[in-house]
Amino acid sequence: MKCRELADFLMDYVSGDLPAESRSHFEFHLSKCKNCHEYMVQYEITIKAGKIACDEMSDEMREIPDELVKAVLAARGKA
Amino acid sequence: MANVRDNLDWMASATPVDDEATLVAQLRAGDERAFEQVVRLYGGRLLAVARRIVGTEEDARDVVQDGFLNAFKSFKNFEGNAKLSTWLHRIVVNAALMKLRTRKRKPEQSIETLLPSFLDDGHHEERFKSWDEPVDKVMERAETRELVRKQIDLLPEGYRTVLVLRDIEGLDTEETANVLGLSVNATKIRLHRARQALRTMLAPHFRSVAP
Repeated sequence: MKCRELADFLMDYVSGDLPAESRSHFEFHLSKCKNCHEYMVQYEITIKAGKIACDEMSDEMREIPDELVKAVLAARGKA
Repeated sequence: MANVRDNLDWMASATPVDDEATLVAQLRAGDERAFEQVVRLYGGRLLAVARRIVGTEEDARDVVQDGFLNAFKSFKNFEGNAKLSTWLHRIVVNAALMKLRTRKRKPEQSIETLLPSFLDDGHHEERFKSWDEPVDKVMERAETRELVRKQIDLLPEGYRTVLVLRDIEGLDTEETANVLGLSVNATKIRLHRARQALRTMLAPHFRSVAP
């Protein structure tokens, strides 16, 4: 397996969907190639960072503009 | 939308309602103040969800408004098995997907330049510098979380929506494919490319914060 193929199979590998035979080729390459290992680590961090960034509970994400509140309530009154 | 993430801890813990049953009873009774309370309690989070899916503030506001109106009209269907926040979240995700479907499709932007490139012998062209700092530590910083959200928003729509629905909203591949009118295979390819593109976009920032 080359780095190019490893990149193609990465999603299936991290989700556990890669068939056993391909997985062993994948892991063998990974054990020999630091660059691909680093790429996989960064790919997994990217997924996790997206989840954390969008799940966070900052005050900014809790705010709803007052005009939107009024618009929703006015629209409800008309419905 | 049965598979939308059931465990919406972020919303439940962000908007503590001491007595949801009382609020629900007030809503059922048509109490005007209860409707306003619900909009103020959950609206900000729902607006953030809608923004991530539809990508523009104007459309996100329309989605939230439509979502609340749908929720208020169908409130009799709320059985109380789910949390009110979870039920509202599902309605707003559906309203956002409806907005996407009615939108005129724009020409797809290419993300080729954000994907890894390879030499003729199959090796990566780039040597990846390590992201040393643990992701949980990096993501403790509000500015980093904001940066990641902004980079997600910069992804072309066809890639952003797949990434948001799969990785953030927790839909499975089949459901994502179904709501976006894509094949399962095309959905998987888009998700993989979206993640790869986002990795490339985050790389300069994640490297720079590493010690």
